[in-house]
Amino acid sequence: MIEIQHLYKIYGNSADAHEAVSDLSLTIEDGDIFGIIGSSGAGKSTLVRCINLLEQPTSGRILIDGEDITGFKGKQLLDLRASIGMIFQNFSLFQQRTVLQNVTFPLELRREMNREAREKRAMELLELVDIADKAKRYPSQLSGGQQQRVAIARALVNGPKIMLCDEATSALDTRTTASILELLKRLNSELRVTMVVITHSLAVAKKICNRIAVLSDGKIVEEGETLEVFNNPQSQATKSLIAYDNLETAGE
Amino acid sequence: MEWLTSFFGQYGGLLAQGTWDTIVMVVLSTLFAYIIGIPIGVLVTITAPNGLKPRRITYMVLGWIVNIGRSIPFIILLVALIPFTRWIVGTSLGVRGAVVPLVVSAAPFVARMVEQSLAEVDPGLIEAAQSFGASTWQIIYKVFLKESLPSLIRGASITFITLFGYSAMAGTVGAGGLGDIAIRYGYQRYQTDVMVVSVILCIILVQVIQTIGDRLARRIDKRQ
Repeated sequence: MIEIQHLYKIYGNSADAHEAVSDLSLTIEDGDIFGIIGSSGAGKSTLVRCINLLEQPTSGRILIDGEDITGFKGKQLLDLRASIGMIFQNFSLFQQRTVLQNVTFPLELRREMNREAREKRAMELLELVDIADKAKRYPSQLSGGQQQRVAIARALVNGPKIMLCDEATSALDTRTTASILELLKRLNSELRVTMVVITHSLAVAKKICNRIAVLSDGKIVEEGETLEVFNNPQSQATKSLIAYDNLETAGE
Repeated sequence: MEWLTSFFGQYGGLLAQGTWDTIVMVVLSTLFAYIIGIPIGVLVTITAPNGLKPRRITYMVLGWIVNIGRSIPFIILLVALIPFTRWIVGTSLGVRGAVVPLVVSAAPFVARMVEQSLAEVDPGLIEAAQSFGASTWQIIYKVFLKESLPSLIRGASITFITLFGYSAMAGTVGAGGLGDIAIRYGYQRYQTDVMVVSVILCIILVQVIQTIGDRLARRIDKRQ
């Protein structure tokens, strides 16, 4: 369980401070696929980066399974990050490493397994995401969807209980998006990994999230069961997201 | 044909020695320049305001040192460093004497080249590595240096060729090498043939190094 309590992230000094996240509280249950949606600049990326402390919160608490992580430093901080998987909009695969070496990367950092064990573990993950046949290839030889599969395998190789997805399908076409979302859904139910999904796309949220929170100017303006929020939007931010989404769908 | 035989009979040994001296001088100084320049380039990258470990003072001081090193003309550095060179290698003459000023002038240059190569690494990769719990040291050698290796190698061939040019100047203080031969025989004794042949040897060496550098960089680069 992830509990975010009165979280603030403020950039800049007091003269021209910008509150990227402002007094935000949120609870994400184990096994959720939790969507955080909002337009760009709403603070989604900052919020999700506070969960693995890629961003240091200015104030507030984040509890993971009851333990406050916001003060973590040194080895404790690195161990926390290793225990949370993350995937990115542009895949962020290491270009000079093969697919297999990309997936073994998080294991190399921990120095707990020898090379053979690392590669065996990485192959299991590549099989899980259906891309084992590309193990010896380099990222530049793969399509976007294939690269994101590799990134998912890499994010899961440490056996995390939480996975953060930062606009994971925004760089992909509609069909590839659907297959990646399918995969995330399957991994969520097979591995019981909690997913925090950031997206600006309502279609993505509708497709996989069981709960969503709508973010606007660093604050949650609406939160609840996905269908409930979409069928009965309360806030202006949600309504305009839905209107924009209809416009986009109509154009396709 | 006859001319060639007599020319190389007379100067072959001299030119072979000169070529060898040049290669030794440039290889050694490139090597030492990288031993000093890589850590400085990495440190500048890491301590930059938007780097992994921003350290304002360290960044500024390193920047000054590198800029000062790069702004002193080599020929002045060469003479000014004579006492330092004697202290380090025992002599200011010959190949050994030339390596010290070559390294001192090339290290700041290398530091900037390394900094440039590291800047080409996608910040998204650094963030990804951090998200898996990589330490700063792991990010330096597993991400920064590994991902920029093709670019570092291209930089190394540029450094090598730049030092090659400097090594000719080092010839003027008795360092030996092809540049020294070209100046002594061609410029001071009007022996145009010796000068032309040493210049041709210089051209061949530069071409070979550039080609090797390019091929190597292309072979290890896994981006398409």
